[in-house]
Amino acid sequence: MDTMRDRFGTVASRLLDEDPRLAVVLAVISSDRFTDAAKAHPDRVVDVGIREQLLVSVASGMALTGLRPLVHTFASFLVERPFEQVKLDLNHQGVGAVLVSAGASYDNAAGGRTHQSPGDVALLDTLEGWTVHVPGHPDEAEALLRHAAADGDSRVYVRLSDQTNLAPVAVPPGRFQVVREGRAGVVLAVGPMLYPVLEATGGRDVTVLYASTVRPFDAATVHDAVLRADVPDLVLVEPYLAGTSADFANRALADVPHRVLSLGTSREELRRYGSARDHIAAHGLDPAGLRRRIDGFLEG
Amino acid sequence: MTTTREPAPAAAPHAHESAHPRGGYGYQDLQPLMSLMSGDEKHDPAATSTLDALWVLYDRVLRVSPNTADDPERDRFLLSKGHGPMAYYAVLTAKGFVPRAWLPGFGGYDSPLGYHPDRMLVPGVEIGSGSLGHGLPLAVGSALGLRAQGLTGPAVWALVGDAEMDEGSNHEAVQLAGAMGLERLHVVAIDNRSATYGWRGGLAARFAMEGWSALTIDGRDHDALYEAFTAPHPGRPHVVVAEVEPKD
Repeated sequence: MDTMRDRFGTVASRLLDEDPRLAVVLAVISSDRFTDAAKAHPDRVVDVGIREQLLVSVASGMALTGLRPLVHTFASFLVERPFEQVKLDLNHQGVGAVLVSAGASYDNAAGGRTHQSPGDVALLDTLEGWTVHVPGHPDEAEALLRHAAADGDSRVYVRLSDQTNLAPVAVPPGRFQVVREGRAGVVLAVGPMLYPVLEATGGRDVTVLYASTVRPFDAATVHDAVLRADVPDLVLVEPYLAGTSADFANRALADVPHRVLSLGTSREELRRYGSARDHIAAHGLDPAGLRRRIDGFLEG
Repeated sequence: MTTTREPAPAAAPHAHESAHPRGGYGYQDLQPLMSLMSGDEKHDPAATSTLDALWVLYDRVLRVSPNTADDPERDRFLLSKGHGPMAYYAVLTAKGFVPRAWLPGFGGYDSPLGYHPDRMLVPGVEIGSGSLGHGLPLAVGSALGLRAQGLTGPAVWALVGDAEMDEGSNHEAVQLAGAMGLERLHVVAIDNRSATYGWRGGLAARFAMEGWSALTIDGRDHDALYEAFTAPHPGRPHVVVAEVEPKD
């Protein structure tokens, strides 16, 4: 199986052939995946070198002239490093782009803190109007990339990761999917967290919701699911900073006395290398860690 | 000087700007227009550091008017140095983009004219600016975007200040534009010697080193500005360093 990042290379290259409005803007990372596309479309595949502020500003300038740029590098250098460019050159200028990141929270565990971006979605939440896709499978990544490319002049963040579920779930962008119905509470799994959540809640009578698009937050589906359960308990399981969606969940349930448990990566810097599996376990996001905390919450 | 001297243009018309073109505003009206915003009769050199360059661009160089403000073929002018925009608003008023009646409200809650301009609020304003170091990178992207659509006619201009060039984002842009030979990209750098540590060898040298066509001229001399703005620069981006009175 190819990775989501591989799929981005093949899909974006094809989209360049199909839609003259699209451009791909790179800062060295993944440029080897666009060699052929750059030959076919030399003016619509731009590698700015290791210049991440310019990466975002160039995309914005292109958008000001009417193009729809797909902008790509590792999450830490796409959202965090040039955050003012995202805030001012995209939002403040009133233009759109598709930011496509790789690396996510701990894909590059051995790379250390510099190559990890667990706060990217929380940062984008400080800005208006961002659609955030967190696919859990390369096939979902392809569908969401195609949707994003054709989504007018909207601002879209596609968070690609090496962590994947065993099989894709077909979800219309913007909707959460009911994967399993239960009575003892609701667990919302975001992107690659679905299979760990299904394993952790096996044998528990809970509803499991799945989100591959987390912004906009499908408040209606969450509200309905919590009301259908016997107890108004909601667990959020996100593969990035714990609590990122807590405010959205609380607002969705504003008319219901409820409890929310937010699981995700911890705010404390995990000053360790190793593998993604090590980091997932350290953050308590493996099935055993999830089960312990979900059980403790629902039984509490 | 380390500036690069381009061949002089074939014909640089002398003083061809008119006092009151077709009943509109002339250069001498700009300071009174600024007074509507500031309440002051006279403006110090800092407030007018961009005034002459802006006037010559809008009066004689840029191919854009209120009627073509959304035309894909228009020239783009991106004011990167968004601080102190009174001169900009005055020129936009003189050229019919901004109603004169807006000027007295400058900075007010109900006014579209803020202390830093917003493209979503002001007709003819191509970018919102204020945070330094954004306009030139946006201009590079605009030049690339136009080129990718086969729009080779429009020129893209960014106005920066010499202190603004301290921002690293500008250096990312200068390097890339030079390396890519973005011929339709132009920069006017207003040099009032306000960079904290100065630019050894002059600002133009930084651009020239990256392959730009670069000229340094008197930023108050309209004919010199016009000549520099219209100097040919085949295959290269072009910077005009416009020297004005040093900021105190």
